[in-house]
Amino acid sequence: MTGALTLLRRRLVGSVFVLLIVIIGSFMLLEAAPGDAVDAYIVSTGGDAGMIELLRHRWGLDQSELTRLANYLWALLHLDLGQSVTFSRPIRDIILERLPTTLILMGSATALSFGLGSALGIYAGARPGSFRDRFLSIGSLALYAVPGFWLGLVLIVVFAVDLRWLPIGGIETIASGKIGLARATDIAVHLVLPVSALGFIYLALYLRMMRAGMAEAWRQDFILAARARGLTRRRIVLAHVARNALLPLITMLGLQSAQMLGGSVVIESVFAVPGLGRLAQEAVAGRDTPLLLGIILVSAVLVILINLLVDLAYALLDPRVGAGEAGA
Amino acid sequence: MSELTISRRGLLAGSALLLASTALPTIGLAQTPKKGGRLVLAADSEPRNLNPAIVASNGVFFISSKIVETLAEASFDGKDGLEPRLALSWEGAADGLSVTFKLRDGVKWHDGKPFTSADVAFSALQIWKPLQNLGRTVFKDLQAVDTPDDLTAVFKFAKPTPFQLIRNALPALSSVVPKHVYEVGKIEDNPANNAPVGTGPFKFAEYKAGQYYRLTRNDAYWGKDEPYLDEIVYQVLPDRTSAAAALEAEEIQLAAFSAVPLADLDRISKVPGLKVITKGYEGLTYQLVVEINHRRKELSDLKVRQAIAHAIDKDFVVKTIFLGYAATATGPVPKNDPQFYTADVPTYPFDVAKANALLDEAGYKRADDGKRFALKLLPAPYFNETKQFGDYLRQALAAIGIDAEIVNNDSAAHIKAVYTDHAFDLAVGPPVFRGDPAISTTILVQSGIPDGVPFSNQGGYKNPDLDALIAKASETLDSAARTELYKEFQKKVAADLPLINVAEWSFISVASDKVGNIANNPRWAVSSWADTYLES
Repeated sequence: MTGALTLLRRRLVGSVFVLLIVIIGSFMLLEAAPGDAVDAYIVSTGGDAGMIELLRHRWGLDQSELTRLANYLWALLHLDLGQSVTFSRPIRDIILERLPTTLILMGSATALSFGLGSALGIYAGARPGSFRDRFLSIGSLALYAVPGFWLGLVLIVVFAVDLRWLPIGGIETIASGKIGLARATDIAVHLVLPVSALGFIYLALYLRMMRAGMAEAWRQDFILAARARGLTRRRIVLAHVARNALLPLITMLGLQSAQMLGGSVVIESVFAVPGLGRLAQEAVAGRDTPLLLGIILVSAVLVILINLLVDLAYALLDPRVGAGEAGA
Repeated sequence: MSELTISRRGLLAGSALLLASTALPTIGLAQTPKKGGRLVLAADSEPRNLNPAIVASNGVFFISSKIVETLAEASFDGKDGLEPRLALSWEGAADGLSVTFKLRDGVKWHDGKPFTSADVAFSALQIWKPLQNLGRTVFKDLQAVDTPDDLTAVFKFAKPTPFQLIRNALPALSSVVPKHVYEVGKIEDNPANNAPVGTGPFKFAEYKAGQYYRLTRNDAYWGKDEPYLDEIVYQVLPDRTSAAAALEAEEIQLAAFSAVPLADLDRISKVPGLKVITKGYEGLTYQLVVEINHRRKELSDLKVRQAIAHAIDKDFVVKTIFLGYAATATGPVPKNDPQFYTADVPTYPFDVAKANALLDEAGYKRADDGKRFALKLLPAPYFNETKQFGDYLRQALAAIGIDAEIVNNDSAAHIKAVYTDHAFDLAVGPPVFRGDPAISTTILVQSGIPDGVPFSNQGGYKNPDLDALIAKASETLDSAARTELYKEFQKKVAADLPLINVAEWSFISVASDKVGNIANNPRWAVSSWADTYLES
């Protein structure tokens, strides 16, 4: 337990610096992009010189970059994410509105790709080189190679347009008035297609990693020892081969979470899911610096937290890691 | 039916038959509109401000025109192309210093308070003139609005202002918002900007960011038996392919503003129960224009500009890029405009040999590699078609020895590069014609506009003759004389080519057969939809 606490403390201190670098870096990157929020706004409205000047002043864009960065950081110190320029609403509210959707979508997709991927990986890796191993490896690779939007559209055409089993998009039925379990079911039904599209793409990653890890493990001495002890094949596969191959998958899960949290702009757009990925894309197109910084910040915090959890899980699964951390 | 719809439809081959079935005016229609139902339609953008009195743009009107009404609406067969909404009549004084509006009686705001001339005066003086993107220009000389009684509003101008311009501006620029809601606090920060309160047939119910807008029936609407629909829901579908799929799956009943890409129209028109409608956007014409930076020595030479005009095959552009859903352009006023358009202007038929000869004459001979000079070409990224035309223009220029390098930007970067930094030689832009050249067309060629004004002459073009003509038209009160001046304007622009007008297009709707009274006015998608209904 002290090991976990030390880990937590050290991570938190490090995280503050990581976040600061992330914020300043993102701010400078966005400033370097040509055009500002007013330029992006007047695309759809036009306007004369006086109106444009008025808008720049109202949105604080007539201040220098340094002043704006300083103001942002100062507000951040007071846990204030600021006001979105494109939505004219507090950024905290906008992000809190979208975060649950992204967490559910990405969480389910990760669970699907990790669960099914590693299960199939175990199935394939139980007999490396067999027909089912080759079939699954090639099949999953094919899925991995498919562009996300295409897979999404195929799923829509088959299951929403032709068969009409599932809704075409959105996160829930519009103004249905459903609450409680009925609403949860409604959301689940809406998520089937986007979660499948996302999950199937990343399935290959876990499947192949698990399979490769297992193929490697089969050659280890302890497997020979396990066999010599007369353990059943099933037990050897699950408790020895698969368990040892699982560790790199957990690492992968942590890394993958960063990608998942950024959201999948493509899948969210195709399925009209109001998640963080689409919001981030809108923030970039609208040159909404504070909003984008807010999204990046929230994602960064979550990624740090998830990786902390991954490390703790690691310590649980592999006693060597925990001992090492505690001793350090 | 006015002339404009016929000529426009003639150009839009293949859809004329279909239109005949949907274009009938409301009166005299055999089937009576049914009451009730929820119309679900696709929306591809979420405007940050829904107040049409501040932001007069199609994206805002698409939603807000059902909630907030204008003084008058565009009409196919009304006098001067107008139909009364909140105003019953409008009369301009002979001296151009005042316009009198008689207002509709018995109209109530959605919160139950009565609508009066004080609301019109407040909207005009406190919002349209100082804050509105287009009103700041059109109403710049508006000095006062007198309200002798609750149903009369008299606009007083400091300088003579053509009544024709005010009239033409009514459908887009005259959204009336309630004084009692907006007089407290700063207008720009008013919460009603995101949840509008109006007099329209529908009330704003809710907005879920990234998901939908929902409007509900206004039971106290002034129109008899109107509106027919119980609800309108705008479902946000950012991906255009999914809009087509949603129509096929019958999850939405309408996709307006070309939410379904042109390339899908042929397929979707064959789906039973769906129809493709090209009508209802005559008052929202976009123009495909080559913007020219006259600061470049080569481009300041008229012969070079003429050569470029001759190098563009407009018919090919209409057929291949717009798949026939457009018309070729002759000048800065679109062919479908019923008041101002003239065909009597210099034209530039597609002629590569002539273009090459003109460039030789101008002294820009081909070098050994066959190239005369190089240019930077910036296609606007807002529409697929502007980007595709950029690719076409590059090839067309290559044929006459001009080596164009395409620079792709996103919207914000494009606006800055062209209109603030002037970092272009040629640009492809889609300006909008808004029913009167003085609203947003003359600024495309007029000189003396400050840097940074989008959709204006930022190419450094200066022509004192043309400037004088524009100034004269802006103070000519007689409609006929003013119209003549704008015909002259079209001739001068086509002759001197400050920019090159290539094509004119508008949007397409795809709707379920169940939706009734579609496209029955020239700005249908941005009108009130009080008479729109759903068959069961």
